[in-house]
Amino acid sequence: MAYDKPLPEPTPETQEFWDGLKRHELRIQRCLDCDRFYFFPRPFCPHAGCRSGNVQWETVSGRAKLHTYVISHRGFGGFADDAPYVIAVVELDEGPRMMTNLVEVEPTPEALPVDMPLEIVYDDVTDEVTLAKFRPARG
Amino acid sequence: MPSASRLRRKVAIVGAAETELGVLPDRSMIQLHAEAARLALADAGLTEDDVDGIATAGTTPADISEYLHISPRWVDGTAVGGGSFLMHVGHAAAAIEAGYCDTALVTHGESGRSRVGMPPGDAGPSSIQGQFEHPFGGWGPPSMFSIPQVRHMHHFGSTEEQFAAVAVATRRWATLNPRAMMRDPISVEDVLNSRLIAWPLRLFNCCLVTDGGGALVLVSEERAHDFPKPPVWLLGRGEATAHRSITFMDDMTEWTPAKQTGASAFAMAGLDHADIRHLMLYDAFTHVPVYALEALGFVEPGEGAPYFAEMHTAPGGELPVNTNGGGLSYTHTGMYGMFAIMESVTQLRGEAGERQLPNLELSMTHAPAGMFSGTSTLILGNL
Ligand SMILES: [Zn+2]
Repeated sequence: MAYDKPLPEPTPETQEFWDGLKRHELRIQRCLDCDRFYFFPRPFCPHAGCRSGNVQWETVSGRAKLHTYVISHRGFGGFADDAPYVIAVVELDEGPRMMTNLVEVEPTPEALPVDMPLEIVYDDVTDEVTLAKFRPARG
Repeated sequence: MPSASRLRRKVAIVGAAETELGVLPDRSMIQLHAEAARLALADAGLTEDDVDGIATAGTTPADISEYLHISPRWVDGTAVGGGSFLMHVGHAAAAIEAGYCDTALVTHGESGRSRVGMPPGDAGPSSIQGQFEHPFGGWGPPSMFSIPQVRHMHHFGSTEEQFAAVAVATRRWATLNPRAMMRDPISVEDVLNSRLIAWPLRLFNCCLVTDGGGALVLVSEERAHDFPKPPVWLLGRGEATAHRSITFMDDMTEWTPAKQTGASAFAMAGLDHADIRHLMLYDAFTHVPVYALEALGFVEPGEGAPYFAEMHTAPGGELPVNTNGGGLSYTHTGMYGMFAIMESVTQLRGEAGERQLPNLELSMTHAPAGMFSGTSTLILGNL
């Protein structure tokens, strides 16, 4: 069945992130001047007081904590059959946050304590696009 | 550097009106803008021919100029979401004082329910949201504006029962407003038993979805007393933008930009919290006024939800909030900010009927523009 959910359209400054996921690598940028990671991708450090252009792409661990979430009981388009499903913001061990879906876990508040440890799952949703999803950490 | 205080009480709202509200499938979005504009101008004894400044969001100043067939010499199309109209009021004050225009019209109209003549919505798949949020199944504000609440609950121990109480307190005001869409009293249990939308949000934690419009007319101090209605003065304002995507809200436990806009509005007005005893806090969802009350400094961080639960904001409480019934029970077209301003004006004019607060001299209106991102605060007064 054709994938019928919204797909990202990479831009020049985000292409490496999406190419990395395709290779099953989580690639984000680190500032070489203040030594902090950041996300979403852009060609300069967004941290207050730094703003350096001296940044580079790195492969990070894929480990994260559950920062906050909702359990959507409605879904539209391709998500209609998924409800209830979890839309989460996770905090990577390296610091930045990103939105994702939680998989391989019950979509209930009881199963989803805030700050629970998570690990990345590479979801090859089409031949072109891999999405970073997360599940409870196993080890 | 010049201080914003020099604009305190220099410009007044002299015309204010809302259209019919509710389900209006016979009216397009821009028609609602125009209807509201004409009603607000009539309220001030004016017509379109008197307007030389226009501000709007949800459509463009050019669309409004064309539809009303006017050619204003000052335009503001700031469009950062539901609180844009609060920003327009602040901008109009500066424009009038600068001599850019004499009579500024701020319009809102939205076919939020019936979707007649509405512009297309979402950002495209190459936008930041398109790349980093939309693939995960968010479907609009109930699933996205709600993202921070669980972190607030975790951090402060705020509860679903307390957030439910926001809807209960607000509904109590709506029972006093004959124009409110939802007027039957509700209980915390009713909210907790309403159907799940995006946990922790249930149906009664969410605003209404309606059609309607509202508009304001602003003029300078020199002309402020030349109109049928008493002037409502702009005393203080603040505005800010931060993130666009809720994912990139720096601190999920507080409304950070609102701390700045509240402080700016108080500083410009030369007032403090103790002076304010009427608040209009944009309530798209029950957690939004909680975050607002905390960020504006009316309660300590984490005390907002218990404060609502103790009914301090309800009729008879020490700090009336959302006295029209709010977006939760009065009306919510999508960009509710105009109706928050409108209730401040209505209360300051003494036209609020059964829900009128006695001897009210000051009112604060506060709204997000987007989801805890763009933010605007106004302090209005009638003296
Ligand atoms: Zn840096």
